[in-house]
Amino acid sequence: MERNQLHRLVALSRQPLFDQGFLDEQFLQLEELQDDANPNFVEEVVTLYYRDSARLILNIEQALERNPLDFNKLDILMHQFKGSSSSIGAKKVKAECTFFRENCRAGNGEGCIRTFQQLKKEYATLRKKLEAYFQLRLHAAPSEKSVAEEEMAGIHLKMFLVSEAL
Amino acid sequence: MSTASSSAAWKAGDVVPDQFPAGLRVLVVDDDPTCLMILEKMLRTCLYEVTKCNRAETALSLLRENKNGYDIVISDVHMPDMDGFKLLEHIGLEMDLPVIMMSADDGKNVVMKGVTHGACDYLIKPVRIEALKNIWQHVVRKKKNEWKDFEQSGSVEEGDRQQKQSEDADYSSSANEGNWRNSKKRKDEEEEAEERDDTSTLKKPRVVWSVELHQQFVAAVNQLGIDKAVPKKILELMNVPGLTRENVASHLQKYRLYLRRLSGVSQHQNNLTNSFISPQDATYGPLSSLNGLDLQTLAATGQLPAQSLATLQAAGLGRSAVKSRMPMPIVDQRNLFSFENPKLRFGEGQQQLSSSKPMNLLHGIPTTMEPKQLANLHHSAQSLGSMNMQVNAHGGQGGQGDSLLMQMNQSQARGQILNESTGSHVPTLTSSMGQPVLSNTVVGGVLARNCLAENGMTFNDSHQNNSLQSNLDVGTSVLSHQGFSSTQRTGQNRNISAVGKPMFTAGDTTDHVNAQNVGPINTFFTDNSVRVKSEFVPDASCETNLFPEQFGQEDLMSALLKQQQGGVAPAENEFDFDGYPLDNIPV
Repeated sequence: MERNQLHRLVALSRQPLFDQGFLDEQFLQLEELQDDANPNFVEEVVTLYYRDSARLILNIEQALERNPLDFNKLDILMHQFKGSSSSIGAKKVKAECTFFRENCRAGNGEGCIRTFQQLKKEYATLRKKLEAYFQLRLHAAPSEKSVAEEEMAGIHLKMFLVSEAL
Repeated sequence: MSTASSSAAWKAGDVVPDQFPAGLRVLVVDDDPTCLMILEKMLRTCLYEVTKCNRAETALSLLRENKNGYDIVISDVHMPDMDGFKLLEHIGLEMDLPVIMMSADDGKNVVMKGVTHGACDYLIKPVRIEALKNIWQHVVRKKKNEWKDFEQSGSVEEGDRQQKQSEDADYSSSANEGNWRNSKKRKDEEEEAEERDDTSTLKKPRVVWSVELHQQFVAAVNQLGIDKAVPKKILELMNVPGLTRENVASHLQKYRLYLRRLSGVSQHQNNLTNSFISPQDATYGPLSSLNGLDLQTLAATGQLPAQSLATLQAAGLGRSAVKSRMPMPIVDQRNLFSFENPKLRFGEGQQQLSSSKPMNLLHGIPTTMEPKQLANLHHSAQSLGSMNMQVNAHGGQGGQGDSLLMQMNQSQARGQILNESTGSHVPTLTSSMGQPVLSNTVVGGVLARNCLAENGMTFNDSHQNNSLQSNLDVGTSVLSHQGFSSTQRTGQNRNISAVGKPMFTAGDTTDHVNAQNVGPINTFFTDNSVRVKSEFVPDASCETNLFPEQFGQEDLMSALLKQQQGGVAPAENEFDFDGYPLDNIPV
């Protein structure tokens, strides 16, 4: 498979992430920032996001264990988390953040807890998908691969696409 | 372009207008590391010089240490150690840099708060690079406002300006964008050379209250009555295009404080007759005595060339409406102008501004305000061109400047309301050569001197002025961010579709993808050509779930791998994610 085909495959491989609403335009902004100087910029940012937001998740969890719930604090924490998530284009996660904050403002503790669970699910799912995507990218990266290796890379990309479509 | 070269280019004074806005020095503050990283990359892509920090305190100390090291600041609203608006205030007051706020919060109240606190723009997160590409406009606009105010004072003789600036080319031409940087640098260097050892430099707003302008102002205040004079009405009465309410407000503050000081001073002066103190006393007295005393003092201190002195005196003596000339002791007045003078505390001034600012301002406000103000006066004096009043703004601020101002102060003390005297005498003065220059510049100087503290407020007002002027930008920015159309996405879709189809039909001209056919997956592994025909989802229009949920990723992968590896165990155990074990596949 030709190199540009591979690249196109990679590009395509992330399409389901958009189609299924996991990512929004902001992710594209990040991809556009990638250049020869920073070829793995998006991956670095996403890695940083997951590392930093883990701390926020923990804080929110702890805050949710309080009794009574401090909705103001929860709202503030979630505002931070939302800002972070939106900066990488994590669309579904961001939506859950919004629901969470609505629950906070309504003083709905149960709603908060429920939404948070959902949020964590989306957060984890996105992580898996992005990791898979980055792996593909890695394999499709221009290198001294043999033609056959590139073929295999292409095949795996397609496999990814197939699986993504599920 | 390397950052080193760009900064060198600026500092060396070379004009490189083509590069602008490349090399713009941006300080970005955000406690979110992800956002910070993205912003930094975006700004670098715009060819700006970026410094990032994650704490407001760090940002402030960076700005303070390197006063002219940055052109613009971008800051998040919500930060743990300091509220973004507070930082905004500090920067506006201390450094007079344009500040852009950002937040994921797009509520109208927050945006409004940004505007009222003096932000020159407000960006909604997530920030797009397009929004950052244009931030240089805020830097230019700020400069332009300063120029415009200079121009209001009449034609400025560049050559007679401070020597450093004389090298600058067309200062008032904003067309030469590269040049403004140099002039800014020059001016900044001047300010640095003169400022005391204070940690913060208070760069004053660039509204130059020329003779005419002040006349109009005073006339308007007179008309309204000093107690009823509010900036808005004054502005309307003055009817000066380009003048803003904020300019008037800050000037009014200074004016009021000045008047109060005068009334305070006058009580010290036993020599003063009450007639001079009464507000209703529309007298030419102060003016004449001002002239007399000023001229003498000026001449004595060598400020005024002899011939100018003669001219002034002649003009001054020619007026018959002079009431009396009271010799004013000069020395005592000095105290008035010390900046530690509690009278300077603008407790009164606080009415017009939020209370937190004045106290901040009073600390560490350098006395360098006056030279600039005096410099402005100098320019307005120059503009009349009749005399070379060497208002020496640079050397010995305490000395010569004081004498000028003192004289004015003393004489003005007689008329408690400055407006009365200046307002009434100004028309007369204009008839005589040079008089208005002298008196009004001194008046302005006094105002400048007295109102050091106010300059912060003034400053802030101007800042707000700028922010108001860029109000449209805020709105636009907000709108543009929020209104990111989905066309990009669909565009992307379209592109991908266009790209995808041929790719997936390599070796096969059929575009149609039979997505239902999951079964013969092995077909595309049997030969090495890419024949997708039966499998895929290349069409990026949102038909997503083409396959029923029968296969998990792991199942699929293992199935494929088995086929490939002929029974080699699926390697997914080696991965903690659904990666593809390329390494294990025999090639």
